[in-house]
Amino acid sequence: MFVVAAIGILIAMGMALTRALLGPTVYDRVMAVNTFGTKTVLLIAVAGYLAERPEFLDLALVYALINFIGTIAVLKFFEFGDLGLITRLEREAE
Amino acid sequence: MELVLDIVSWVAIGFGLFFMLVGTYGVIRMPDVYTRLHAAGMTDTMGAGFLLFGMACQTIVGMMHGHTTWWMALVRLALIYGFLLLTSPIATHALARAGLAGGVKPWTNDGEVE
Repeated sequence: MFVVAAIGILIAMGMALTRALLGPTVYDRVMAVNTFGTKTVLLIAVAGYLAERPEFLDLALVYALINFIGTIAVLKFFEFGDLGLITRLEREAE
Repeated sequence: MELVLDIVSWVAIGFGLFFMLVGTYGVIRMPDVYTRLHAAGMTDTMGAGFLLFGMACQTIVGMMHGHTTWWMALVRLALIYGFLLLTSPIATHALARAGLAGGVKPWTNDGEVE
């Protein structure tokens, strides 16, 4: 039954990748990659139960953290043009 | 007891897959970034929530079968879901804000907004 869950998550990942490839704006692509990452977390967890080794959940937890930080970093880059707080504060002070 | 847990977990995983597939189909189908964000948020709360709940039920079934160390998996599942609950709205909000700052116009029924 976890095989069905894994296949369903893989189909959903394929659809998210379709949006990442089609996406007209860069925000569509970032959002598609973000949902793709969430589904990857779930796929890792399901794979752990498929192998009867729930220790895989540690990997899923780490992937969830990295996914969120990556999304915020990419968004910051596209919103402000840089990742540095100091340069942005200097620009606003001008 | 074990049969009940099994049935509950498979129903929960089925619901989770349903929400996940429908939400991701919405990500393809919807017309612009903001509506797609709405569909994507559905998969993060309902889809992931039901799937993780089903996995937690399966963990309890495994503990009944003698995997005594699997209680740690329950803690991890709760942590993953709590973290998703925290980060998913933040990522969605940041995406919508970045989209507005980047000049993406919201889609309306009668064409583009002025």
